[in-house]
Amino acid sequence: MRRKGISYSKYGYLFSLPFIIAFLVFSLYPTLYTAFIGFTDMKGIIPKPVHVLDNPFQNFKDLLFDNPTFIKSLKNTAIIWVISFIPQIAVALLLTAWFTNQRLSIRGQGMFKVLLYMPNIITAGTIAVLFSVLFAYPMGPINSLFTALGLSDSPINFLQDKTTSRGIVSFIQFWMWYGNTMIVLIAGVLGISPALFEAAAIDGANARQIFFRITLPSLRTIMLFTLVTSMIGGLQMFDIPQLFLQGGPDNATLTTSSFIYNQAFKGGYMFNKAAAASMMMFVIALVLSLVLFYLMRDRQEARMKKALKQKLKLAKKAAREA
Amino acid sequence: METIQNKRSFSLGLNKTIIYVVCIFLALLSIFPFYIMFVNATRSTAEIQNGLALFPSTHIKTNWDVLVGKSFDPLRGFFNSFLISAGTTLCAIYFSSLTAYALVVYTWKMRQPFFIFIMCVMMIPAQASAIGFYKFMYQLHWTNNLLPLILPAIAAPTVVFFMRQYLLGSLSMEIVEAGRIDGAGEFFSFNRITLPLMMPALATQAIFIFVGSWNNLFTPLILLTQKENYTLPIMVSLLKGDIYRTEFGSIYLGLSLTVLPLFVFYFLLSRYIIAGVALGGVKE
Repeated sequence: MRRKGISYSKYGYLFSLPFIIAFLVFSLYPTLYTAFIGFTDMKGIIPKPVHVLDNPFQNFKDLLFDNPTFIKSLKNTAIIWVISFIPQIAVALLLTAWFTNQRLSIRGQGMFKVLLYMPNIITAGTIAVLFSVLFAYPMGPINSLFTALGLSDSPINFLQDKTTSRGIVSFIQFWMWYGNTMIVLIAGVLGISPALFEAAAIDGANARQIFFRITLPSLRTIMLFTLVTSMIGGLQMFDIPQLFLQGGPDNATLTTSSFIYNQAFKGGYMFNKAAAASMMMFVIALVLSLVLFYLMRDRQEARMKKALKQKLKLAKKAAREA
Repeated sequence: METIQNKRSFSLGLNKTIIYVVCIFLALLSIFPFYIMFVNATRSTAEIQNGLALFPSTHIKTNWDVLVGKSFDPLRGFFNSFLISAGTTLCAIYFSSLTAYALVVYTWKMRQPFFIFIMCVMMIPAQASAIGFYKFMYQLHWTNNLLPLILPAIAAPTVVFFMRQYLLGSLSMEIVEAGRIDGAGEFFSFNRITLPLMMPALATQAIFIFVGSWNNLFTPLILLTQKENYTLPIMVSLLKGDIYRTEFGSIYLGLSLTVLPLFVFYFLLSRYIIAGVALGGVKE
């Protein structure tokens, strides 16, 4: 008797069970609960009977129309993310172009990669505190450096100025992440078929042409992947702005995550407002991800469909043979 | 012909000089803040306020005394952080591999929908569920417990995704079939045959999960209120508080202590970490 008839499909369910249970308990239920809290009057540290508001969307309405701080936190998050992401991707691309160029054969690449990735490994909290002491006024290391280099006559109070403090937060984000982006991009380039580069070289393309005509287009999926992960990360930005200046000065570095944290856990215990803000953040993340995924989709899905078709074909063939 | 050649090699040389200058500048930029931190950890507050120095001073002992005298307990923090990170890492890699195995090896009706579902879940930001999570744990009396920081790692969608991609590329069904013929149970063949095969993927993911969990601030900050449960990032966040305001040397020393183990860890494993980032990036 051939044992081909045994079905193992139950193991599929069985082995996924821990994931599903943990997801339901620790992720789905809390998310739904958060959504529910967003429609209620839950606040304060002492548990009280909770009511759904007469107008269930009151919290959302309050946040959107009567809470300039919330709107500001959304704007700050967007501004800081954009200011940090543009140089991040630009520098990462430049370094990728250099490090993957065979003709340049940069020496010490391994060491550069190790050093440039280093800021990414350190606790963001540490980095935030470190930078706030580095930029201390009037006698911090950066101020000393500026005076020594003759860049300024009197100490600059970086942390009291909206532009510089936002700039520093963006810089830290850039500084922490460009190494990571670079390594991902380099790996992406190494994944491109060498035949493409050879063909281009034989056709007489120069380094710039090869980079813009072959490398960049082939990196499209990886670039979009970087964009999606960076955007989600940027939307959740918390440690650096929170610990760097607690959102100051004048809320210039207050991000949405910090806003949520402050609403719920710092004094006010406005769980309902915080939950409503979380849900709005979730919707924004969802919409932006969908947009990016739509852009990212075509090739991958084509590939998936192709694989599926092939599988079907094979299955049919196997069935015919059997 | 020769002049063209010369010109080309000259411009290549010039380009290369610029490239090296930029790379060295960026490398210094990466090290500089940490270097200042380590140097300042050995200097007195007065010295630090006097300006920048490139060489260590002699006040490390005083800084240490001030730091520890003000209830900064790095050992406790290390212990808590390590417990949480190690637990998280084990849960995440074991159960994610198990889920990925289910997705790759077995054909079941819900397989494809489940996979798409996991992809969607990857997009939920942690803060979206934070308030509900906190209230739920509060009702269970699980605040100030390390379990709610560890157990959620069992459902780690990104890791499942990565492991699935890895298994698709590296696990041949023949091995599983061979195991079955030899009488291995499904669970046994996962534990004894597949897991060892997945070692490279497990190692790279373990590093990332460990570092990510070690660096996580948001969840521990909302859940842990008792001092003896604080993780290192929470302790660091307290360093800037009022009691240390004037003790810059101690702040730098405290920061150095939290960074040092990661530095050692990083330089020992940097090759694998870099390779891991690459692997994670390319496999999407």
